[in-house]
Amino acid sequence: MKIKSQKDFVSGLMFSIIGAAFAFGATKYSLGTGARMGPGYFPLLLGVLLCIVGVVVAFKALVVETADGEPIGKIAWKPLGFIIGANVLFGILLGGLPGLKIPAMGLIVAIYGLVLVASLAGDRFKLREVLVLATVLAVGSYGAFVMLLKLQFPVWPTFITN
Amino acid sequence: MDLFNNLALGFSVAFTLQNLAYAFVGCLLGTLIGVLPGVGPVATIAMLLPATYALPPVAALIMLAGIYYGAQYGGSTTAILVNLPGESSSVVTVIDGYQMARNGRAGPALAAAGLGSFFAGCVGTLILAAFAAPLTEVAFKFGPAEYFSLMVLGLIGAVVLASGSLIKAVGMILLGLLLGLVGTDVNSGVARYSFDIPELTDGIGFIVVAMGIFGYGEIIHNLSHPEDKREVFTGKVQGLMPTKEDFKRLVPAVLRGTALGSALGILPGGGALLSAFAAYTIEKKTKLKPGEVPFGKGNIRGVAAPEAANNAGSQTSFIPLLTLGIPPNAVMALMVGAMTIHNIQPGPQVMTSNPQLFWGLIASMWIGNLMLVILNLPLIGIWIKLLTVPYRWLFPAIVLFCAIGVYSTNNNTWDIWMVALFGVVGYAFIKLGCEPAPLLLGFILGPMMEENLRRALLLSRGDWSVLVTRPLSATLLAMALLLLIIVLLPAVKKQREEAFVED
Repeated sequence: MKIKSQKDFVSGLMFSIIGAAFAFGATKYSLGTGARMGPGYFPLLLGVLLCIVGVVVAFKALVVETADGEPIGKIAWKPLGFIIGANVLFGILLGGLPGLKIPAMGLIVAIYGLVLVASLAGDRFKLREVLVLATVLAVGSYGAFVMLLKLQFPVWPTFITN
Repeated sequence: MDLFNNLALGFSVAFTLQNLAYAFVGCLLGTLIGVLPGVGPVATIAMLLPATYALPPVAALIMLAGIYYGAQYGGSTTAILVNLPGESSSVVTVIDGYQMARNGRAGPALAAAGLGSFFAGCVGTLILAAFAAPLTEVAFKFGPAEYFSLMVLGLIGAVVLASGSLIKAVGMILLGLLLGLVGTDVNSGVARYSFDIPELTDGIGFIVVAMGIFGYGEIIHNLSHPEDKREVFTGKVQGLMPTKEDFKRLVPAVLRGTALGSALGILPGGGALLSAFAAYTIEKKTKLKPGEVPFGKGNIRGVAAPEAANNAGSQTSFIPLLTLGIPPNAVMALMVGAMTIHNIQPGPQVMTSNPQLFWGLIASMWIGNLMLVILNLPLIGIWIKLLTVPYRWLFPAIVLFCAIGVYSTNNNTWDIWMVALFGVVGYAFIKLGCEPAPLLLGFILGPMMEENLRRALLLSRGDWSVLVTRPLSATLLAMALLLLIIVLLPAVKKQREEAFVED
């Protein structure tokens, strides 16, 4: 049997698996009865529904003809990796990872890290331009978020402030 | 005249120099932060909430209301100029607003949004003032069964409005509802799907989901096109004011949007988001005049109507909050938090025990709307300057503001890991052709739906028929069913598919 819509088939699969997972998880909580719904009642209901919806979507993807097979297409690994990576790096630099003994480097270092890594996701990367952008954003963020809005950030590395 | 006396009292409170100043500062800060792509009113209010702790209650609420309106205006500006909905209710503004900007008509789009919102805001404030008391009694007729049916209707409405496959939109809603249930169950205290992670027992943050899926997912998708194919418009911006022709089209659209928004905003669970979606569908269903740009390609009505509706809705959504103490959306939930900090218990007693606060807040809403028009129309030039910033400078800044915004809601790096996860999920949704807007709606309504279903079934002793034996609830469900049947009619189905075909 040929898959007639790749996008829909995978979506259906995703819905079914997630629905089944939620429904399975719900069985670990007390279900209760209709009159006294337990914590598992509503999620079980929704999970089963989602699973059914997923099966229908996947089934339709096998049966209903589409013009081009609706391929998912290439995954843009480069922007995906660099944008998400920049975000994660920001978190690590800002707050540190006590579990891995990585010290908090503070907001300013984190901004430079994020901007440098995020910029790699674009087509053009000019180090000088990126450094200027990072500096502008660091100064601007410090002024707006720390001085003006007084948001609570670790601004500088902990080994300097302590 | 009660209304007159009440409004006079309100204006006497709001027109003090101090309170006018707080309204102004709130509007300015709200717009400034709301205009940043990916930073919506929820994040803005959450960020600025601590700034109001030291103020007297009336001033604090006035400033928060100003921030809320400012953030909304700012959000629509971002939606039109950068194709990033700063908030969920400007998701539909993006569709035609961004296309207008691409066609070099960003100016008229912004003006249509601003003027439409101002008009709707005035009407919404008047309705709030005139009908707050009588509407409380109508709302009091709503039991849990009615609330549940109402949310079903709202969700079905969202399905009809999602572009692409109906059944996939249903899947996205269910997924959203399930994600909304993560965290501690209010009734039993059981931490559901939290995998023993303490942060997850508080549930997944709305901001995290919205920023991950709408912010990061979109950025990654945008960057995956080669530079020349990327959706960045280079057209010149000419003239701010809409043409005479534009006005002829947008005035009825604004009127329709205002009426719809005012009505839907009162209903809990709907509010600004639902009214914007509904207004857009109605505009889409009306016939195009000869020579008019089709919807999805930059029709000015597609900007004016949802913007008017969402502003009217956000105004009237204060009614359930102030009269019943029920927050109809995430922003109002934050307002509940703010009121509690100032020792005000939101609910029917506010109007009687604290009339100065109640009517002062209402009067300052109108003042805030006026300030925003005065503030925004001359400043549009600055927002338009955003167009000239190349995307390669803009996107790292957006990523940064998302990360900072997410972190500052809880001052916890946990939210940064979560937004990374939802960024990947958001990109996957785009690749799979799954519309994320219904998921967001389901996510907000999930816990509310469960709670109301639980209560309804508790009252009926487990009898599901309570949903159809109570007339109000039955009517709401019948409307939902009718909506589904209409959309599934072969003739309508074909038209709907054509309507949602985008280039």
